[in-house]
Amino acid sequence: MPLLSLTPRGLYCEPGDFYVDPWEPVERAVITHAHGDHASWGSRAYLTSEAGLGVLRARLDPLATIRSVRYGETLKLNGVTLSLHPAGHILGSSQVRMVYRGEVWVVSGDYKTDPDPTCTPFEPVRCHTFVTESTFGLPVYRWPSQLSVFDEINAWWRANASVGKTSMLYGYTLGKSQRLIAGLDPSIGPILTHGAVERMTLAYRQAGVSLPLTRYAGTAAQRVESTGAIVVAPPHASGSSWTRRFGAQSTGFASGWMLVRGARRRRALDRGFPLSDHVDWPSLLASIEATGASEVWVTHGFTGPVVRWLTERGLDARAVQTRFEGERDDEVVEGLEPATSAQDDLSL
Amino acid sequence: MRAFARLYAAIDETNATNEKVAALVAYFRSVPAADAAWAVHFLSGRRPKRLIASRKLAAWASAEAKLPEWLFEESYQAVGDLAETITLILPDTGSSSDVPLSEWVEQRLIPLRDEEEDVQREVMVRSWRELDRRERFVWNKLITGSFRVGASQRLVVRALAEVSGLDEGVVAHRLMGAWDPTADFFQRLIAPDTGDADVSRPYPFFLAYPLEQDPAALGDVGDWLAEWKWDGIRSQLIRRAGKTFLWSRGEELLAGRFPEVEELGTFLPDGTVIDGELLPWVDGKPLPFAQLQRRIGRKNLGRQILDEVPVVLVAYDLLEQGGEDIRMRPLRERRSFLSRLIEAVPSSGRLLLSPLVPVDTWAAVTRARRSAREMGAEGLLLKRLSSPYRVGRRRGDWWKWKVDPLSVEAVLIYAQGGSGRHAGLFTDYTFGIWDGDHLVPFAKAYSGLTDDEMRRVDQFIRRNTLERFGPVRTVKPELVFELHFEGIQPSTRHKSGIAVRFPRMARWRRDKKAEDADTIETVKSLIRSVPSITTDAADRISP
Repeated sequence: MPLLSLTPRGLYCEPGDFYVDPWEPVERAVITHAHGDHASWGSRAYLTSEAGLGVLRARLDPLATIRSVRYGETLKLNGVTLSLHPAGHILGSSQVRMVYRGEVWVVSGDYKTDPDPTCTPFEPVRCHTFVTESTFGLPVYRWPSQLSVFDEINAWWRANASVGKTSMLYGYTLGKSQRLIAGLDPSIGPILTHGAVERMTLAYRQAGVSLPLTRYAGTAAQRVESTGAIVVAPPHASGSSWTRRFGAQSTGFASGWMLVRGARRRRALDRGFPLSDHVDWPSLLASIEATGASEVWVTHGFTGPVVRWLTERGLDARAVQTRFEGERDDEVVEGLEPATSAQDDLSL
Repeated sequence: MRAFARLYAAIDETNATNEKVAALVAYFRSVPAADAAWAVHFLSGRRPKRLIASRKLAAWASAEAKLPEWLFEESYQAVGDLAETITLILPDTGSSSDVPLSEWVEQRLIPLRDEEEDVQREVMVRSWRELDRRERFVWNKLITGSFRVGASQRLVVRALAEVSGLDEGVVAHRLMGAWDPTADFFQRLIAPDTGDADVSRPYPFFLAYPLEQDPAALGDVGDWLAEWKWDGIRSQLIRRAGKTFLWSRGEELLAGRFPEVEELGTFLPDGTVIDGELLPWVDGKPLPFAQLQRRIGRKNLGRQILDEVPVVLVAYDLLEQGGEDIRMRPLRERRSFLSRLIEAVPSSGRLLLSPLVPVDTWAAVTRARRSAREMGAEGLLLKRLSSPYRVGRRRGDWWKWKVDPLSVEAVLIYAQGGSGRHAGLFTDYTFGIWDGDHLVPFAKAYSGLTDDEMRRVDQFIRRNTLERFGPVRTVKPELVFELHFEGIQPSTRHKSGIAVRFPRMARWRRDKKAEDADTIETVKSLIRSVPSITTDAADRISP
């Protein structure tokens, strides 16, 4: 019998009696990271990494019971040895390693292998069975050097600032925004944040992540001097009345999806920056290989092509359908968040 | 190629018209005239036809990327564009090309057409290796014949006017008709005073703007004329220097396609340009558009088709008289010249003056519009009698007022992925209406939703897929949409027995449940209530 099985509530570990990233309330939930399609509300008890405790708490019911462990620390749950290992996706993101009767299983959650100063780098973990995401599991997705993307973003900001325009930079509230902020060049101008972004940025700072100074851009009613500034905001704020008071502006969206022109064009934004917190095709394949796993479960994304590719290379691969087909667009993640409205909702 | 790829990116990366024009101006000023000529050629939509079959390009690119073809196909499904899929899937070589655009086009692209397959392949692979991602994308777009850019011809005209210091109308006119993209052409295009020697050149068409307000707001009804809005081929018939040219609005020379209209040219005085509509016409009424379509594709016209679908030119306007450009004279005057001209032509009914719809009051105009379907027309055109003949689609003087679309509420039942800017999203939908207790497929529609709605429907589809058949998903019948369409016909080719013309989503009816959607009986009653203009045009389903 496999250690994990797919149930209507999510991936379930029967011997250990816990779920990994369930999408409905359960007794015990191990959470890989705090994004909406992995951390859902209402479970009795949560387990997450120590690094991710702050952001998960900021996302869940403030009274939720959350226990945390350090990366690499082991726990025994009904005979299953469990440990969390860095996934490099966002602050506190983890791979879940489970050992039971000599069998090693790892659930990757979302992960990337590219450098990111705002979280602990991904660590390959050897295992027999690897459950991997496949958000960008097609060979068209090959990231340009992420350093060059940051150069592009800063050059865009500089050019906008020089003609008195505000740069509206859209990215997921949690993770992407803080990574963006970390990569911005504060010598160009002030960095302003949307309330939802500021709240997560605060959680990052409290967890000890060093970030350039940011200023909360205020509610729609408040005036703010934004000449030459960059405003970091969630994608759903784009086009809302909240953005109007920033005056003349250029808009950009940072996401792996922006590598494809169609995805960029349908947002009707000026610029798309292909900056992703997921592995691209080469890194996905390299990461799978590095685990040494002979059995691979593929979830969240382009499961079909990835399974076929692995099968043709002699691995025992299968697709695992979750409620989420992968982070197709920001709404999948952001739309599930409780109470973050474009109109702003910050109470600091 | 580098400069052109950069121009493409600059236009693509901004939504601001002024910035697009600025990028164009900078480009035209900095590149050799031969490159500028090709750029104008491509940017004004004169793209080359597909040179090499997609299948071959896909196979060569897969081999170059060392990937199986099935994976290329999967990637294509996600990207939705062949040129871009190839661009993204190929390894990056780190090279980039500053060879000028004209050389790429004249020495590589054009000769490709006549080459053997192995040479074509060799050229393509070599080109891919020489270009960076951005350049490769533009190159692939040219090769696949799908080059399009977010700059309308109007922006190109604006930029050229700025570069040359000429009036936009002059530039637009110089871009009409047939020309070769050469350095010489570009020099003439921006030169201050060239004698317009080309006798075949049509004038830019003046297009009516959709009327969305109460016509009474247009002022005194006496200042306006009303005509039927016909559904044919808008054309210019030109007679100059003893030669006749018939142009479509798509700037295609219709030589030999409509001989009965072209023959009229010999009766026209030299220096005449008539703006009108080609229509299949029998007994004082147009035939359905589909009948005209039978003529469009055909080069060899037998007696039978000429008898069955005789085509006439319904003349709207006179643009040139005695070799003089009279577009700036008021419509009232142009129309009386036109009327006199037509009376003098022994046309055997093949050249008609567009009939006026008699209207003394706005209420009468409104009534006339309601009878448009019975006339075989799409609606009315309202033209200010004092208006000049302008360039392009402009507000103010000419308005088109179409009949209200027909409307049905239907349930989303199948969905398929879109392409281009809808790639990776489920945006192509099939809608069902109730036939007893089951839903029968009734129409397909792709357009009409906002981007936000599209994303929401996409998510619904992903979470409510019942079955998959290749790219098509059967969806839980739950979402109701109000569909609008122009015509409705019985059809033996459709499961529902109904075919509609130009269906689109008017709105997502979140207030309705699937069981509130229309039934086949109600929809069929629409056929009876609408005097048909489209007996079998029904099969021409958009887009």
